[in-house]
Amino acid sequence: MELLAFGDTGWGDELFRATLMTIAVSITAMIIGFSFAAIFTPLKLSKYKSLNLIANIYTTVIRGVPELLVIYLFFFGGSGAIMFVASMFGYNEYIEINAFVTGSFAIGIISGAYSTEVFRGAIQSIDQGQFEAAKVLGFNKFKQFYKIILPQMLRLAIPNLSNVWQITLKDTSLISVTGLVEIMRQSYIAAGSTRDPLFFYSFAAVLYLLLTFVSMKLINRLEVKYSRGH
Amino acid sequence: MDLELMMNSFPKLLNAAVITLKLLSVSLIIGLFIGLFFAILRLNKNIFINRFAYGYSYVFRGTPLLVQIFIIYFGLGQIEYLRSTVLWIILKEPYWCAIIAFALNTGAYTSEILRSAFQTIKPGIIEAGKSLGISNKLIFYKIQIPIAIRQSLPAYGNEIILMMKGTSLASTVTIMDLTGVAKYIISTTFKPIEVFIVAGGIYLFMTFIIHNVIKFLEKKYSFN
Repeated sequence: MELLAFGDTGWGDELFRATLMTIAVSITAMIIGFSFAAIFTPLKLSKYKSLNLIANIYTTVIRGVPELLVIYLFFFGGSGAIMFVASMFGYNEYIEINAFVTGSFAIGIISGAYSTEVFRGAIQSIDQGQFEAAKVLGFNKFKQFYKIILPQMLRLAIPNLSNVWQITLKDTSLISVTGLVEIMRQSYIAAGSTRDPLFFYSFAAVLYLLLTFVSMKLINRLEVKYSRGH
Repeated sequence: MDLELMMNSFPKLLNAAVITLKLLSVSLIIGLFIGLFFAILRLNKNIFINRFAYGYSYVFRGTPLLVQIFIIYFGLGQIEYLRSTVLWIILKEPYWCAIIAFALNTGAYTSEILRSAFQTIKPGIIEAGKSLGISNKLIFYKIQIPIAIRQSLPAYGNEIILMMKGTSLASTVTIMDLTGVAKYIISTTFKPIEVFIVAGGIYLFMTFIIHNVIKFLEKKYSFN
């Protein structure tokens, strides 16, 4: 137990901060994922074949290639790509992007591919009559989406989004390879310095279980809230 | 774009893909037995057995695969007693540690897939078997299991693809699988995009094959 003490003698405070970091990366990645989904879901549902193709390439590649490989691409290629863009604007200094940004972006792109599929499925299972009714009532496109489609889509999407959240939360453990100090990385450091890997990795497992358990409880509440009247 | 590097790394990555496939197939086979075992426990009416099987699948599905590998590879070696047993021959090898972790992980997901497949079998089918005088054991092996396998094919196909992506974590415990070799080439040449295209292409090709094999099996064993 003294291994988990707060302060200089134990790893309690370090692991607590690492847990907050895991939560921060997961939420950031989820939000980045939603922005990707906001771009690619309309492309998937578009009537133009070429736009469908772009969106399909995105979701197929991301869902068919290991997360770790995507993270390596961003870790080794991220600053190079940004420096290339910057050099087009005449900026030639070395740019280093931090592990938090790289990690959230890599996980966000992965999470976005799953979210895209979820939103596509949800929109497709909304009754066609709803779209027609919205049109008949004379709503403009923007209002049609925000007032009629979005609320129904959210209700259908939340159960599957909770799966995406679980996947994203667990995927953040992979960012530890880039050196970002989240739960996995902190456990690795603690295990190395105390020579007690069994304890620290098991404790990491408990922390992840706790995170998934608590977030499931919270999402269940959301589900109840959005399915009022059903 | 460095085409020469892509051409040169292709055979190396292809060799590494063989290791990925080995890891995948061995862990899937072991995982299938583990999954079947725990699915049967989940159907048991005894609440303790039932809870135990549920706990297993909850823990392995609720924690990242990386933690599971690290506990088995770094953690178990710490127990002095284990080092003196025969098990140590297996547990000192990163290859087998990875396979144990993958098998236990996929076993947890497989048990959920099979459990729901067993539960969706219509009672009438089992009753029909009983009224024909077939023994309970035979009903289970000859009727319930084949139907459950057919029911769970689509979900299990997804699980195979997820597991194939999961084997990339073997590279974190020094195994040179497809991702391990890709990382090695990236870190020596600093050409991440080229290597990603080749390695990613090989992964996508494998996903494509698995996807189509499952589709073929689904058609072959469909009830209609």
